[in-house]
Amino acid sequence: MKREPILTARGLVKRYGRVTALDHCDFDLYPGEILAVIGDNGAGKSSLIKALSGAVQIDEGEIRLNDKPVHFKSPLEAQDAGIATVYQTLALSPALSIVDNMFVGRELRKPGVAGKWLRMLDKPAMRSFAREKLNDLGLMTIQNIDQPVETLSGGQRQGVAVARAAAFGSKVIIMDEPTAALGVKESRQVLKLIQELKSNGVPIILISHNMPHVFEVADRIHVHRLGKRLCVIDPKKHSMSDAVAYMTGAKLPDDLGEAA
Amino acid sequence: MTQTEPGGQSFERDLDKSDKSVAAFEARKRGPLGTIQHVLHGNPTMVPVIVLLISVAVFGLIAGGKFFSAFNLTLIMQQVSIIGILAAAQSLIILTAGIDLSVAAIMVLMSVIAGNLAVYHGVPAPLALLVAFVGGACAGLMNGFLVTKVKLPPFITTLGTWSIFFALNLWLSGAQSIRSQDIDSNAALLKFFGNTITVGNARLTYGSVLMVLVFLVLWYMLNKTAWGRHVYAVGDDKEAAELAGIRTDRTLLSIYALAGLVCAIAAWASIGRVGSISPQAFYEANLHSITAVVIGGISLFGGRGSIMGALFGALIVGVFQSGLRLADVDVLWQVFAIGWLIIIAVAIDQWIRKVSA
Repeated sequence: MKREPILTARGLVKRYGRVTALDHCDFDLYPGEILAVIGDNGAGKSSLIKALSGAVQIDEGEIRLNDKPVHFKSPLEAQDAGIATVYQTLALSPALSIVDNMFVGRELRKPGVAGKWLRMLDKPAMRSFAREKLNDLGLMTIQNIDQPVETLSGGQRQGVAVARAAAFGSKVIIMDEPTAALGVKESRQVLKLIQELKSNGVPIILISHNMPHVFEVADRIHVHRLGKRLCVIDPKKHSMSDAVAYMTGAKLPDDLGEAA
Repeated sequence: MTQTEPGGQSFERDLDKSDKSVAAFEARKRGPLGTIQHVLHGNPTMVPVIVLLISVAVFGLIAGGKFFSAFNLTLIMQQVSIIGILAAAQSLIILTAGIDLSVAAIMVLMSVIAGNLAVYHGVPAPLALLVAFVGGACAGLMNGFLVTKVKLPPFITTLGTWSIFFALNLWLSGAQSIRSQDIDSNAALLKFFGNTITVGNARLTYGSVLMVLVFLVLWYMLNKTAWGRHVYAVGDDKEAAELAGIRTDRTLLSIYALAGLVCAIAAWASIGRVGSISPQAFYEANLHSITAVVIGGISLFGGRGSIMGALFGALIVGVFQSGLRLADVDVLWQVFAIGWLIIIAVAIDQWIRKVSA
């Protein structure tokens, strides 16, 4: 059975002055899968992800979401189209509460005059929605949803950022190095979170340097090298050392694009 | 998923047996000081409120009945009303981790524009005020444009526009004041906020009421609307706000424009307060507005503090000046005391910030 990819990119080119960060790069994401993107530093992973999430504009090439061409001019447009990104920095405002952070940029307003003319926020509705979403991801160790994000642990913050990404009908979630700054236990929580998201049917693009984590959760692994997709490998058929060899150029894959 | 067991990676096998409570520290005993620090971290406006209450009590004891008279208390309100409204504008900018040295210059320029139009050019007073409001918003927008699009630091931007607006104001006014009687006979509306509500000895000016209203409206906007949350988010971490989907430049532009408009409102109130329109007035009001904001516990690093703090900050300054004057202390010691207040306020702010949740 031939599945249709939900998000594809063909021939992406991004240049920064004389540096070519993306050199006719292709990309495919299928529904319901976890696709890991790995690559050495400077391979162009971030540029690829930024292009997909609207943070940078590509010079050439085409991105299609659900088989429709899309041109994102900002992360907001990508979010509106259903591509949510959990950045490595998490993009949370430390002094704002969990609720405020989850709804930043898409706050709910009270119905009627208070909302329409006085633009009053519907805080009770926002609270209950946020609580529900955190519950869905098994994150209710957080008791006070009005507490500032800066009082949370690293894993909890990640949880809030993921919940925000998952909350608004996202079709695709991009996670940039979600476990890089976390300890063993908190990494475990986040990996659970990723699988939780997958079981909800949301496809995930996972960028990570952590090979054990990648091989544990990914369905397919996109190996990025020198600004383009080198190959896509199946973690069940390849070892971690293969993957590292491919991404560093120590070895060339003999079955190029086998799983693509 | 090669070497994975149900419980995760093999090296994580024993993780299930580990302590499940994530980052739960022993409820460490805080001393009384620590508890205070913690409470203040959660309620940053409490500091100025406490300082205000203490200073009122202390000056009440020193200066006695003179200080506590309804007349004196309303006089304090009247005296701080212009600085208070400017401090409201200043708070908006400081919440974004900026600083606005041009607030008073915008105010004086707009009062000169409104006065010139209404008194010398026969423009109806409401229209002259409207021009001043639009002008104030445009002046703020110019600051905002330089900060967001030309990417200049707010300090430099407003240092420059301060001079520019001040020069424009001298040029438009010919360095001449507009006399009180001329305003009365041509455009009495300009002095609307000089009117008073008199109850017994209390003489509450419309300007004092306006100041409180300005703060209430801005408080509502900052705390009850999405725009207000965005102001805090942008001030807290601009990059994060951008990635989270806020159009940060647009938010900043709106903040600067609103601050400019508030300065223009202060311009109207200042005509009522002073009686005449002097291009040389309020030369130090920029710095006084920053003083009020800082004493009010709004962080200069942005994103933290309540705008109501600036109102209390302005009142604290007023109470100090009034109290020391009634206690027959030389003016120079008032200035001295305010200086210490600023330093202490920022020191307390830094101390509160050190609290670890």
